Amino acid sequence: MMKGVKVASLGISLLDGTRIVHDVSFAIEPGKVLGLVGESGSGKSTVAKALLGYAGPGARIGSGSVFIDGEDILALSEAERRERRGRIISYVPQDAGMSLNPGLSIGTQLIERLVSGRDAQNRAEAAARIAEVLTAVRLPTDRNFLARYPSELSGGQLQRIGLAIAVVGRPKLLVLDEPTTALDVATRNEVLKLVSDLSKDMHLCSVYVSHDLGVISAVADQVMVLYAGRVMEYGEGAQVLGAPAHPYSHALLRAVPTTLGRKPLEGIAGTAPDLRSRGTGCVFVARCPIGDDRCAAVEPALVVKGASSIRCYKPNAVEAKTNIVPLPLAKARGEQICAVRNLVARYGPLDVVRDVSFEIDKGECVALVGESGSGKSTLARCMIGLHSNYDGTIAFCGDTLPRKAETRNGDAHRRIQYIFQDPYASLNPRRTVGDSIGLAVRHFFPGSRQDVLDAVRVAVERAGLSPDLMSRYPSELSGGERQRVAIARALVCKPDLLVCDEPTSALDVSVQASIIELLRGLMADGLAMLFVTHDLAVVRSISDRVIVLQQGAVVESASTEAIFSAPATGYSRELLSHALNVRPAIAS
Amino acid sequence: MTNASRAASRTIRGWLVRRSALAILMLLIVSFLIFCATQALPGDVALIVLGKEASADQVQMVRQQLNLDQPVLVQYLRWLTALLQGDFGTSLVSRVPVTDILLPRIMNSFFIVTLSMAVAVPVSLALGVLTATRKDGLADRTIMAGSIMVNALPEFVLGLFLVLLLSTSVFHVFPAVSLLSPGKPIWTQTDRLAMPVITLILLQVTYLYRLVRGTVIDVLQTEYVQFAALKGMSPRRILFRHVLPNALVPAIQAAGTIFAFSVGGVVVIEYVFGFPGLGTALADAVGMRDIPVVQAAVLVISVTFFVVNIITDIVSFMLTPPGRGGRN
Repeated sequence: MMKGVKVASLGISLLDGTRIVHDVSFAIEPGKVLGLVGESGSGKSTVAKALLGYAGPGARIGSGSVFIDGEDILALSEAERRERRGRIISYVPQDAGMSLNPGLSIGTQLIERLVSGRDAQNRAEAAARIAEVLTAVRLPTDRNFLARYPSELSGGQLQRIGLAIAVVGRPKLLVLDEPTTALDVATRNEVLKLVSDLSKDMHLCSVYVSHDLGVISAVADQVMVLYAGRVMEYGEGAQVLGAPAHPYSHALLRAVPTTLGRKPLEGIAGTAPDLRSRGTGCVFVARCPIGDDRCAAVEPALVVKGASSIRCYKPNAVEAKTNIVPLPLAKARGEQICAVRNLVARYGPLDVVRDVSFEIDKGECVALVGESGSGKSTLARCMIGLHSNYDGTIAFCGDTLPRKAETRNGDAHRRIQYIFQDPYASLNPRRTVGDSIGLAVRHFFPGSRQDVLDAVRVAVERAGLSPDLMSRYPSELSGGERQRVAIARALVCKPDLLVCDEPTSALDVSVQASIIELLRGLMADGLAMLFVTHDLAVVRSISDRVIVLQQGAVVESASTEAIFSAPATGYSRELLSHALNVRPAIAS
Repeated sequence: MTNASRAASRTIRGWLVRRSALAILMLLIVSFLIFCATQALPGDVALIVLGKEASADQVQMVRQQLNLDQPVLVQYLRWLTALLQGDFGTSLVSRVPVTDILLPRIMNSFFIVTLSMAVAVPVSLALGVLTATRKDGLADRTIMAGSIMVNALPEFVLGLFLVLLLSTSVFHVFPAVSLLSPGKPIWTQTDRLAMPVITLILLQVTYLYRLVRGTVIDVLQTEYVQFAALKGMSPRRILFRHVLPNALVPAIQAAGTIFAFSVGGVVVIEYVFGFPGLGTALADAVGMRDIPVVQAAVLVISVTFFVVNIITDIVSFMLTPPGRGGRN
């Protein structure tokens, strides 16, 4: 019988001695899954890789032990650790598309570990094992499939290949580093199911890293909440996510949207402390609603309390919000500002949007949902004039818009603004953010320097940013700050319609919550929004009406409440059934 | 052969045919440009042939013989037709066929450039990988400083420095000049080639290795290299199977350009060592307004560029995985 995994006092630091992970300990029994959650910079991926005895360039594992089935990986030499990787401990990467070598066939990448090293198998034996695993992850096993290159597979297939590569070596510990973040909900659920089944069937210990609490609550038996490299709370999944004791766990949960109800989302104010400027007190104190002088002076120890451990002087002091407080429902429909009629958009000979019609009213948020490839982004790009190969009309305030952005007049440009998915790529890295926003002001409202500066300041403040940030460059800002800058840049144009293409999918949940709240505030001021997303929980939180797209065609179009409470079509029901929500609080 | 690989080879053939047709079209345009440019060189060709004391009648006669009184397009078409029949014309200065002058020079140049590249490419790869894997270490910084120093020196200074080091003041290993005995094939006189070849290798390696170093560093930072390490692959296999094939393409493209450039463009080195190569032949012909030789030499250099580019493109194409612009 396998002894399971026991990690004790794991500490990781940068080469200059700055500690990035402090004293992490946990145990996993065979067949069980531990979920590691936290925001960007919490150290969850660093911990995950350290379980393979691996620290990235610039970091090293300073202390602790990782016992897997009785053997301490960290006590081994690098060559010995290498022997264990892929055999005793396996790693499933976040984005298999990036983690598979584009120049090697997937067959080669599946087999190379099995036929190398001290415990190398012969090719026939390895091939048989690969066929077995590929069948388990429901992929073809024929030679033609194995001869394909990563670029010839879909995202879901690649992720399953990533999983297959990890399990072919019959590991005892499986480390999954956000393996479903890049996937569609349907594919994600399939992969999650595979992970659960494989863990049980193969009696694996698994560590599942994610920032998505819905995913963690679906897959994990135990949950560890990390913040700034420290364990904040650790215990049974139902306990930690259902009735959290730590203020940070609470804050995270309040930021998570759900498809179960329209609830207000609360972001966590402030940002995680910088690695080098962490004081002596609790790392969360600056953002904690109940922090006091003692918290700021001396860091609380991780205290075991029943089945959980908590790092807080005042556990359970934050009131748990047991029920979802519903937001007021959609208001009466206002004046129509945008109408799309019989839109058919093409890429070459391929119709990606088929005969779509809808309208948007003033102050209304229409959500466009669907899987990847459903045509939702193309539709958004038609609206803004970035995709001009379409038939049908897009009318704005009664006037039909020209197809190409170049041929639209300044007023049409100004009144429809676009927020891109990736705030890292949508801001010019060589301009200060104030300058980027000012450029938009000068373009639409030429005026004196002071007028421009004032307009920028007003927009920056309305987007919830400090005016001090105006002189910074995008690289000096966090993802959430950048997306706020992108929103401020749209706001200075005084738009009537904001087209948002997955504006929060690259962001942490707490940041997502504050961005959603910001957008909702803007809608209250009369701004209309077309919100493109695959995340149904976000849709429920923000939109008034929902249009469900499948392969470019509208499957269902109804008010948000109607879709979520009584979906009319099978496809909508299917989409909804894929949503993963954090389990509601357990009754005490 | 499977269906897939048959289809792949068919597409490669189609691609190659298109690529070559395009190259021939480009060469025609280039040949026309060369012809026009050489016609535009200052100095009357007839006067060059006859000498300064020629009478006006003689000049007129020679102009007629050489078709210099015809429109440029007609002259070009005549030149091209002759060219396609293998007739590169006759030198205006020495009155011998251009092929007799240039052929040995072309062979010499190709020989030393091939020889130098045969050393420079593997050395650059090894140095590039070595320094990339020890980035910012002592070896990396030393080699980088040395290579920048070599690149910063004018070619003839580097040549003279090598002469001082290897042929005269310090060691007497190789002859300082590479005067070849005309009757004997070049590959029987390798000792005399050492100096120009060493100079070429130094110039080529210092540039090429930095390029290899840069691309290897880029590939080492990719997620697939990290994943290979987390999979438990050995550093050796990671380097040779995961890193190198993905780092080679830019190096191959650069190696091709360096090759073509070295064939025609190292006049200074040829002068320093008195090596009878294509570059000096071209420079001498330009000096003497020996237009047929200039035209033929420039055309040879252009063809070299085209052929080398097609070869490097084929190799890059084979190395680039499908779906990223390569195979299939």
